[in-house]
Amino acid sequence: MSEQVGPSGEGLGPRRAYETAPGGDGPPAFGEEPGLGPRRAYETVVGLEVHCELRTATKLFCACRNAFGDDPNTNVCPVCLGLPGSLPVLNARAVELAMRIGEALHCEVRRSIFHRKNYFYPDMPKDYQVSQYDEPINVDGWLELPDGSRVGIERAHLEEDTGSNRHVGGDGRIHNADYSLVDYNRAGVPLVEIVSRPDIRSAEQARAYVSELRAILVAIGASDGKMEEGSLRVDANVSVRPAGSDQLGTRCEVKNLNSLRSLGRAIDHEAARQWELLQAGERVVQETRHWNEAQGRTVSGRSKEEAYDYRYFPEPDLVPVDPGEAWRDEVRRALPMLPAARRERLARAAGLSPAGVATVVELDLDTLVLAAISAGADGRRAVNRAANEVAADLDGARRLDPAAFTKLLLLEDAGKLTATQAKQVLAEMLASGGDPEELAAARGFKAMEAAEVAAQVDALIAAHPGEWERFRGGDAKVTGFFVGKVMKATQGKADGRAVTALLQERAELS
Amino acid sequence: MSIGLGTARETAGAVRRGELTARQVVEEHLERIAVGDGEVHAFNLVLADEARAAADAVDHRVAAGEDPGPLAGVPVALKDNLCTRGVPTTCSSRILEGWRPPYDATVVERVAAAGGVVVGKTNLDEFAMGSSTENSAFGPTRNPRDFTRVPGGSSGGSAAAVAAGMAPLALGSDTGGSIRQPAALCGVVGVKPTYGVVSRYGLIAFASSLDQVGPFAATVADAALLLDVIAGHDPADSTSVPNPPAGLLAHLGDGIEGLRVGVVRELTEGVDPDVARRLQEAGDALAGAGAKVDEVSVPATIHGLPAYYLIAPAEASSNLARYDGVRYGLRVDGNDIGAMYGATRAAGFGPEVKRRIMLGTYALSAGYYDAYYGQAQRVRTLIIADFEAAYASFDVLVSPTSPTTAFPLGSKSENPLAMYLSDVCTIPSNLAGHPAMSVPFGTGDDGLPVGVQVMAPSLGEPVMFRVAAALEKAAPA
Ligand SMILES: [Zn+2]
Repeated sequence: MSEQVGPSGEGLGPRRAYETAPGGDGPPAFGEEPGLGPRRAYETVVGLEVHCELRTATKLFCACRNAFGDDPNTNVCPVCLGLPGSLPVLNARAVELAMRIGEALHCEVRRSIFHRKNYFYPDMPKDYQVSQYDEPINVDGWLELPDGSRVGIERAHLEEDTGSNRHVGGDGRIHNADYSLVDYNRAGVPLVEIVSRPDIRSAEQARAYVSELRAILVAIGASDGKMEEGSLRVDANVSVRPAGSDQLGTRCEVKNLNSLRSLGRAIDHEAARQWELLQAGERVVQETRHWNEAQGRTVSGRSKEEAYDYRYFPEPDLVPVDPGEAWRDEVRRALPMLPAARRERLARAAGLSPAGVATVVELDLDTLVLAAISAGADGRRAVNRAANEVAADLDGARRLDPAAFTKLLLLEDAGKLTATQAKQVLAEMLASGGDPEELAAARGFKAMEAAEVAAQVDALIAAHPGEWERFRGGDAKVTGFFVGKVMKATQGKADGRAVTALLQERAELS
Repeated sequence: MSIGLGTARETAGAVRRGELTARQVVEEHLERIAVGDGEVHAFNLVLADEARAAADAVDHRVAAGEDPGPLAGVPVALKDNLCTRGVPTTCSSRILEGWRPPYDATVVERVAAAGGVVVGKTNLDEFAMGSSTENSAFGPTRNPRDFTRVPGGSSGGSAAAVAAGMAPLALGSDTGGSIRQPAALCGVVGVKPTYGVVSRYGLIAFASSLDQVGPFAATVADAALLLDVIAGHDPADSTSVPNPPAGLLAHLGDGIEGLRVGVVRELTEGVDPDVARRLQEAGDALAGAGAKVDEVSVPATIHGLPAYYLIAPAEASSNLARYDGVRYGLRVDGNDIGAMYGATRAAGFGPEVKRRIMLGTYALSAGYYDAYYGQAQRVRTLIIADFEAAYASFDVLVSPTSPTTAFPLGSKSENPLAMYLSDVCTIPSNLAGHPAMSVPFGTGDDGLPVGVQVMAPSLGEPVMFRVAAALEKAAPA
């Protein structure tokens, strides 16, 4: 039933012969793959490891600048180069940001220690990474997604980043390279690794998780959230199991996921690969696999003989970190309102669902919208204008005067501007500011008085008796005909919805 | 040219008062090194020009009416695992070939800031792993008391430099006895301070949870002088204690009337009879000076050696991973990165270092961690508890520093286990993190020095030095 898939997964071609879809409802996420039907015979199980570079001024164990994009090996010192005799000193700001993450993810924030994770690699100056192992700073939390589902957080621990390698020659990988260049600017940059429980059931949910987590990390000032610069890096542990089973299958860790799009595609493809293996009577080998965005598949990473024994042991150069109750309280109190709570607040104010206001919160436009609603603007309209027109010009949004935005919405609510006019005025306000009333006047916009519109409508009904009969008979398609005529006659100054309402009113009366 | 020189303290006093120039003092010692070090090989590197320049700077300060500090003009030899800016720092290993640290260790800065003059870098067992200084890539150091004997180790070069009068003061590092044992074998004073009293920043790590920098001197007072200079909190070392003991020198003469001294039974069993006799005499002398001396049992100390030989190699296997040929020091090319790592480390490390890296790697391996490293850490906890129990009844504890006097060169180098036993008396203090020091106390039947070890509880340096001063006073000529 399927193409032969070799043990390393190399044989996974573009053709999909299996009959099942990745977990989740709705249409397949990736249209270029034929054969992805709606039937689900298996369930995808995903746990995510998100590495978050902390937005500190300096590195985790030294005073070097924590900055992206500087010339290679300019932000280095004896400590982050691991020179003989150097010793680490823990950055208190990094601890505080890690604690914020723990609190924001509802974790238990506790006394922790550092371990050394020993392995040889040229981007690791000491040939061990200082990380947290069995006593991490944050454990046992959860994250709520906009759709209301919860993903458990196993742990969120502090560790140092490695440098970065560039392998020159060969196929760009270390073993066949002619030579390699190493940049230690990133070595020692503080990271928090956030490990979810295997609670995620689809690529879509994985994307929602990362995007929600990203929003939280940005909101609390822990991260700049830039996946493309590597300040947020995601690895996915993917396994599959027959639908309805509660056993966990053998998982593979998929690396090199540089965007939400890669994450979603990689999970779907990896799950499909594993299911294909199982259907063919083969076994999934637990291994690290790399997502190849161009080829659209995962390829086997380390071979077995390179399996590492990290020989973890407590880092003797550092002392335990015990934040204490007072510091924890301080961090908890200083946390800003998180996206979930902000969605809840706006949804309540606007009379919409939390999912319906997610975009506005994600774009940080909720304060703007809330101000308008509390001044009497219609909630749904305020949300829509923000999510569509304001969102289309985020630079302008930063300059947008909330009072002017409110005034515009009120004009529209009162029928003094049509939707079309309001959008044009708003675009101008975003581009260059100004008072909505003056802008509308300058453009000659003036919503027509209701009586004037009614007169136009009655005239049209009289002029087009055939269409009117069809409208009365319930043919909604002719609504557009009448609205279009009125708009043309009034040069767009009438409110389309008001026209529709009038037509309905007339039809019921007649 | 020859000038009469007393102790380091007297020399510093004379320089500060302008009675002697630092330059004269340094020239005298450079001369002694030139004459004596061909035979002894205490130094890996003599910093003659740098020392003269530093001495001249001290003299200028004196001439300008300033006080250069408590070590004014006193030559200090540094174990060659202490980083010195721009000056080769080798750990007596080929793997660090060509490397010059871009910074000074905190202790080196402190010595210089106190007016001390660094005269050179001294030989050691490679990466401080050994008890005879025979494991040096640059050849062994000889004991100045008898050139056929080892000086002890791993700080054998520093001990020999002081014993030979080539430097009045020296710094070493002590992980399992590497200051105290060579001090005993060379007949000088050597101190391992409480863990955290002296900064480790710039000390090239062997076993981070055990390593501690400390002084060598000809007298207890000079050792106190140097420890007073190097002790102190260092924000660059996270394991540095906030309030280390200070002003040791001021209390040396306070006497030991009424102090309770325990002779540790477990550390006295199995030592050579002549060494045991000296310890007995030392106890009698302390009792004569007014102390109450009794035997005490500290049972867990007998497990110190095996615990140490798991913990120290485990940490070393990690600490020495960075010598991989990528960034500095020796690189031996290979076909790929793995081959380069292998070839570099095979060529760069000597056999004892390789042995300990393998031991430590094994002890930390999955499936063995708990049985080896975990068990050793539990023993460590036991040792601390047993010491605490003993210190409930005693102010200080004493034992021999080394079970033997200096042994002949080559006599143990083929037998690592016999060599490891040299540290049986000194290791427990490292595992506990407690201070301990060795004071010369007469000689053995072979006429070679015997050292008595004085141990104290955490931060107990003041009382430890008082007892050491009493021992020094009572020591047989
Ligand atoms: Zn740095």
